[in-house]
Amino acid sequence: MSGEKGTKAESLKAYKNRLDDALGNEFLRKAMDNFAVAYRTSRENAFSGMDTAELIQTVADVKADAVIRNQELLAAFKQKAKENGIHVHLAETAEDANRIIAEIAKKTRCKSIVKSKSMTAEETHLNRWLENEGLEVTETDLGEWIVQLRKEGPSHMVMPAIHLSRYQVADLFSSVTGTEQDAEIQRLVKVARKELREKFVTADMGITGANYVIAETGTIGIATNEGNARLVSTLPRVHVALAGIDKLLPTIKEALAVNKVLPKNATGQAITSYVTWITGPSECKTVEGGKREMHLVFLDNGRSKIAKDPVFAQILQCVRCGACANVCPVYRMVGGHQLGYIYIGAIGLITTYFFHGREHAKNLVQNCTNCGACKSICAGGIDLPGLIKDVHAKIQDEEGHPLQSLLLGKVLKNRKLFHTLLRTAKLAQGPMTEKTKEGPFLRHLPMIFSPEHNFRRLPAIAEKPFRDRFEGLNKKVHAPAYRIALFSGCVQDFVYPEQLEAAMRGFQEANVAVTFPMGQSCCGLPAVSMGEKSAARDVALQNLDAFELKDVDYIVTLCASCASHLKHGAPKLLKNYAPDRAAAFADKVLSYSQFMSGVVGLDKKTGAGKAIAFHSPCHLCRGLDEREAPKDVIAKSGNTYVPTAEEETCCGFGGSFSANFPAVSNEILTQKLDDVEKSGAELLVTECPGCVMQLRGGAMKQGRDIEVAHLAEILYPQ
Amino acid sequence: MTTADATKAPGTTTDLTGTFTEKAKLVSAEVYPVKTLEQAFAKAVEICVNKAPLDPQMASPASPDAAQKSSGTDRIMAAPNLDEDAFSALSAACDAAGGISLIRENLRQYPGGIDMGVSLMDYGIAETGTLVLDSRAEETRLSTMLSEIHVAVLYTSKIRESALAMTEELKGVVRDPGSYMAFITGASRTADIERVLAMGVHGPLELHIMLVEE
Ligand code: SF4
Ligand code: SF4
Repeated sequence: MSGEKGTKAESLKAYKNRLDDALGNEFLRKAMDNFAVAYRTSRENAFSGMDTAELIQTVADVKADAVIRNQELLAAFKQKAKENGIHVHLAETAEDANRIIAEIAKKTRCKSIVKSKSMTAEETHLNRWLENEGLEVTETDLGEWIVQLRKEGPSHMVMPAIHLSRYQVADLFSSVTGTEQDAEIQRLVKVARKELREKFVTADMGITGANYVIAETGTIGIATNEGNARLVSTLPRVHVALAGIDKLLPTIKEALAVNKVLPKNATGQAITSYVTWITGPSECKTVEGGKREMHLVFLDNGRSKIAKDPVFAQILQCVRCGACANVCPVYRMVGGHQLGYIYIGAIGLITTYFFHGREHAKNLVQNCTNCGACKSICAGGIDLPGLIKDVHAKIQDEEGHPLQSLLLGKVLKNRKLFHTLLRTAKLAQGPMTEKTKEGPFLRHLPMIFSPEHNFRRLPAIAEKPFRDRFEGLNKKVHAPAYRIALFSGCVQDFVYPEQLEAAMRGFQEANVAVTFPMGQSCCGLPAVSMGEKSAARDVALQNLDAFELKDVDYIVTLCASCASHLKHGAPKLLKNYAPDRAAAFADKVLSYSQFMSGVVGLDKKTGAGKAIAFHSPCHLCRGLDEREAPKDVIAKSGNTYVPTAEEETCCGFGGSFSANFPAVSNEILTQKLDDVEKSGAELLVTECPGCVMQLRGGAMKQGRDIEVAHLAEILYPQ
Repeated sequence: MTTADATKAPGTTTDLTGTFTEKAKLVSAEVYPVKTLEQAFAKAVEICVNKAPLDPQMASPASPDAAQKSSGTDRIMAAPNLDEDAFSALSAACDAAGGISLIRENLRQYPGGIDMGVSLMDYGIAETGTLVLDSRAEETRLSTMLSEIHVAVLYTSKIRESALAMTEELKGVVRDPGSYMAFITGASRTADIERVLAMGVHGPLELHIMLVEE
């Protein structure tokens, strides 16, 4: 795509430098911020009064079915297209597609080409190829034209030039027209109108993409706002449409179902200004016979192989709405050029591996906090974060695992070794520990961290882990109301045992009998997030063995990430190993707030009466779809909940993400802390020790007066 | 889902015109309820006469030359998809107003643009304020794209609840080889520079819809 990225693999260091540049780009940051906030509202409005989940499920079903029936639909389309007079070509690879289109141009003696926007053409680097063949290619979508003139690629699948300011566009247009252009948007649009009109009129060939390819009638559907695709498919004498085979749908009915969701999800519009349905060559008065020549080039480029993959087939359910970028906290910080190769956002992190190769994917795929925002909004119902982790694991399996990740995997698999290491680390850190009112912190970062990791303070390992305290805390309960097994997770066990102690006080008060299986290990999520799938599976199995299910009503954890992983992640990992046991285990898992609010039921306490902001952990609000329970807990704790802007946006922790991309993590964190300060809250509460670590450490480092606590600590203070 | 769509809450079907109007206005279309086709044409002519002069995007081989201008016809209106009777009626309205030359073909001769395109719509879709136009004829396509103002004439009896609810009717159009069916919702728009909305990047700057009751 863009020259700077070249075709060679980029080193992680070079990639991080690009991220730093983007983080320092004030215009980009502001543009992305405004967009992230505005998008949420317009999407909500567009779907208002509708059952969004049901509409999306329909799209997912329609697409999933079309993926299964792909070859059948392709054959049907070919047959119909022949009757309609469309020349159909099948391109095995991106190069094949480019070659086919160049040949059509040669055969039909086309010299100048106008194009409407097509991500598929970006995927094949079509323009570069055609220009190399001496053809003149002009993009006619305003945003695409702008990035074409700048010789770069789109930074968003729907809004290609979102990274640019009006001043940059004015400078560009001044140099293109040879006249000074004002940085006034309405006028700049008029400049494009004029400059491009002549191109439309004189072009020999028009190239479009296709949002829908309909087998039953041999029709293609194209959605645009500008109407450029209509001119591209009307004025020139040859029309070539380029479409991935994944765009095939059985009938117009399915296309309409997708079209009902796509524009709403993309930009919050009920529908695009134009949707054009073309069934074969239409009238063209400048050619003999009165009909233009029409070609459809189907691009495979690995798609039919993906379609057969049990895990990755869902990639093809993507309808290219771009929403997974719109809501991504990383995209928001660094922009599309840094969060995609051609395809952008969550889907880009995945497809880059398949369409453009491992070398372009391996840095990208790590740049994800696993927050799940993309998944919760995806028009195609794709498990995007899950697949991102799968691609990460795949790349590591193919290239060899980096030492650090390998070690982590090895250590996690061996619980005793892991816990011994933690205890040893505790002894080693002794003199470096500084006691503060927010608990013990490390004075300096351990040697393995570089200075860029210094954006938040790291807590020290606790004097005595929870597992060593449990016996002493556990009072016998007679005729218990509930019997639970407590799952601590590593961070609470070894770093924040006081959070679990607070919870223990409450369990006693509520007459809940607690067991703490000593054989329990890490939940496995950190291993997943580092691409160590087999280690994650091993610990999941160990946890199954550690818990005796028949003796307990629920498995309760104070860590939302553990809860979500135990409930949804682990059963997926164990699908072929212990599906029934994993399901039975998952069935009993509840987050702390779910248990206290939904099962135990709390009486209102006389608490501190503080104004409390809540940071909703990604794995709670999206992972477990739990939004109300924590607010109920806050209300019952005798404090007042105050809303903050973007309460459900990631804090930037994301496990290994914050270690791999500390600069990006820090920016996400800073935004979060800004929002909390603006809310006027006296205390920030959350339900995940990872979030506590990130938020508390960041607030301290930045010298902010924000106190951070776990829900259990405000409900049962010391 | 499709069945739920086709049979929405009772009452909605009776107010399709209201919903259509509301949704069309949301995308900045002007909507005029009129009683007859004649009234629709009269309104179109009025808008055409009062519009700002054409801003030519390039030289048009056939745009009015000086001679034409001096004879007072400085507006060009195209209405390629009207039948003979309707075209005569519109022509009469243009003549009465004066200053408008009405054409129905050779639109390729006007790449620089025309003032107004008037077209009769096949359907309206209430849910999104969308117009459906069978545009297989090249002249129809050009007139809806090269015009600065697009006037869409739609009989209220042709308004349907949603695209999904009229799947069969739409199939009837796209089934034909060579068909080119357009959904048009508002005027041509872009938000590609700093996400600021701008109208008329390639096609019409304005969309006016005449809702004919007869
Ligand atoms: S999980 Fe979150 S960080 Fe990762 S791609 Fe999705 S939205 Fe972005
Ligand atoms: S992956 Fe989902 S959200 Fe992202 S572009 Fe595709 S359909 Fe849209």
